[in-house]
Amino acid sequence: MSQLLRLATAGSVDDGKSTLVGRLLYDTKSVLADTLEAVHRASADRGMSTPDLSLLVDGLRSEREQGITIDVAYRYFATPKRSFVLADTPGHVQYTRNTVTGASTAQLGVLLVDARNGVVEQTRRHAAVLALLGVPRVVLAVNKIDLVDYDEPTFTRISKEFSAHATSLGYSEDAVLSIPVSALVGDNVVDRSARTPWYEGPTLLRHLEEVPVHADAEDSPFRFPVQYVIRPRTAEHPDYRGYAGQIAAGGVSVGDEVVVLPSGIRSTVTGIDTPHGPRSSAGSGESVTLLLANEVDISRGDLIATATAPPRVVDEFEATLCWLGDKPLRPGARVLVKHGTRTVQALVTELNSRFDEQKLSSVDAPDSLSLNDIGRVVLRSAEPLPIDDYTDSRRTGAFLVIDPADGSTLAGGLVGAPLPVLDATDATGEQEDLVSPGP
Amino acid sequence: MVESAVVSSNLDALESEAVHIFREVAGEFDRPVILFSGGKDSTLLLHLAIKAFWPAPVPFALLHVDTGHNFPEVIEFRDRVVAEHGLRLEVAAVQDWIDDGRLTERPDGTRNPLQTVPLLDSITAHRFDAVFGGGRRDEERARAKERIFSLRNAFGQWEPRRQRPELWNLYNGRHRPGEHVRVFPLSNWTELDVWHYIAREDITLPSIYYAHERDVYLRDGMWLTEGPWGGPRSGETVLRKTIRYRTVGDGSCTGAVESAAVTIDEVIAEVAASRLTERGATRADDRLSEAAMEDRKREGYF
Repeated sequence: MSQLLRLATAGSVDDGKSTLVGRLLYDTKSVLADTLEAVHRASADRGMSTPDLSLLVDGLRSEREQGITIDVAYRYFATPKRSFVLADTPGHVQYTRNTVTGASTAQLGVLLVDARNGVVEQTRRHAAVLALLGVPRVVLAVNKIDLVDYDEPTFTRISKEFSAHATSLGYSEDAVLSIPVSALVGDNVVDRSARTPWYEGPTLLRHLEEVPVHADAEDSPFRFPVQYVIRPRTAEHPDYRGYAGQIAAGGVSVGDEVVVLPSGIRSTVTGIDTPHGPRSSAGSGESVTLLLANEVDISRGDLIATATAPPRVVDEFEATLCWLGDKPLRPGARVLVKHGTRTVQALVTELNSRFDEQKLSSVDAPDSLSLNDIGRVVLRSAEPLPIDDYTDSRRTGAFLVIDPADGSTLAGGLVGAPLPVLDATDATGEQEDLVSPGP
Repeated sequence: MVESAVVSSNLDALESEAVHIFREVAGEFDRPVILFSGGKDSTLLLHLAIKAFWPAPVPFALLHVDTGHNFPEVIEFRDRVVAEHGLRLEVAAVQDWIDDGRLTERPDGTRNPLQTVPLLDSITAHRFDAVFGGGRRDEERARAKERIFSLRNAFGQWEPRRQRPELWNLYNGRHRPGEHVRVFPLSNWTELDVWHYIAREDITLPSIYYAHERDVYLRDGMWLTEGPWGGPRSGETVLRKTIRYRTVGDGSCTGAVESAAVTIDEVIAEVAASRLTERGATRADDRLSEAAMEDRKREGYF
């Protein structure tokens, strides 16, 4: 089990997310005296009587001036049990862009609601995006519980409503938890509150420390995008030829049969060099260098996979795009696709549907996808790509769409993943035909 | 020091991420360079780069933007490390820019802000397209919003609103001619992670990171040492103190902290118990305003 937990927070305007994150940092003593003093000073300058913990996290000048969070910020804190990397994503400005970014690497999502308002439309959207991005677990922090007088029925109602929503998005019941908190006062964030005697679950921090986490695709078939070929050609290592990369899914052992894609050449692993010397096996998430039995032509962009369960190699596939570009996407667009370590030219041949974020349903045959839209497309690539479904492997099922003109990132792509619509029947029904076999 | 399983698995994850970033840059850029001052973060960067390409040599040059306000122990260390690993070091000396009039000395004598122009000029002259820095997101609030691949325009400027979303571990390093990308492999490390890793890997650092006796004087609540940047002003008393440095930068604005930590384990214990951030304790230039770092980054600073 990993001792590093990556989590993403999301919430609506004014539900106190920055304050919650500030509270987590403050109560775990991750904020040092000079930083705190600066917050006290700035709060006083703004005429506030108590320190505004949100100032701990709003980093950019315009954010502090407007009192809002604009960009994803990364925060670090640690307890004796775990280290945490927290992606703090703003709720209102460009919510898809930021939530998708934070969620792409998260093992846990923390959503916030204001106890006075309960589950709102944006909560449902955020949960849908977390589900789409494959975030394995989700926590609902029912914030400002002090402002509803620590009322149990209010909490229970919100908790049930959220749980039902998350379940309809595909989360199992044990992957969802609601916690009554007050970020402002500190109830149940780090310290258990005496004012919620009816709540028997863990505090937020306790949950973060104890929730089971797994590295992405630990138990999936082995996938290894080759980043770089290491050929020293030195007197000491005249014939060394190693394939450097980070294991994207599964594990590998010396003696394993592998296949190199897209060429299809087979070989056997004869050595695994790691930052700590040679080893007989390595697992998902590790950066290693593989040595193979025969001299094969492998370069950056190739994928080494287990020979027993290789990914499919296709040049046409259906995918969900989270559109992040300022210019809208229209069918027929020529783009670059970066998948693993390979970048290829591609054509968006069809734009099949768009996610209606208000109704959490899908709209067929839209004209375009605009900034922050999520939609399903068919892509044709100039060269075949070895791909997995995103739901099977978050790493080898993901890709970037890049603007060939100015190099900007236009979209995050998820191979095969259906839109997170609530009426799931039409989305799952066509799952099997999502990807056409290559020619 | 016995490292806990929590620390060890955390460091493994951070190490793997940094190695992955180095290899991505080697695979996608033509002329990368590592900013190397001999300080602890850049020494750690180099250590990770060596691991990323072992047994081949590091495929990057090193660049030191030298303020001239150096601690001799650090320069000696820098040159020894470069020689030991057979690396190529470019030095951009702020003094050269002052001598030919491209830069003017500041009234307060500090040269940290003067590094930006020599850095940008060197990037242009050598056509560097990727520049590795040791910046960490835990250092400062503006840095918390920094990407791992940070696109800079032809003037080296950081535009917070133009930064690309960074999804999964797919980094987009595409840039137009004249633009470059700053790359931060230590983004997700904390100061304590850095020290734990230095201990685990037994990485040698310049001696000034450990407690030693030095003549210092107090200015703005920081212990400064005398040097070519000018010594104590009248009214500032020089005292003999046992101190160490938490960061190493321009001598005129890098403060020492009182410390008895002579071993790495003692340093780790001290950092873990510290009540002040690394920069707040020791960098005068970051105390200037609420947005001091953001403003310098916008101008092309790291």
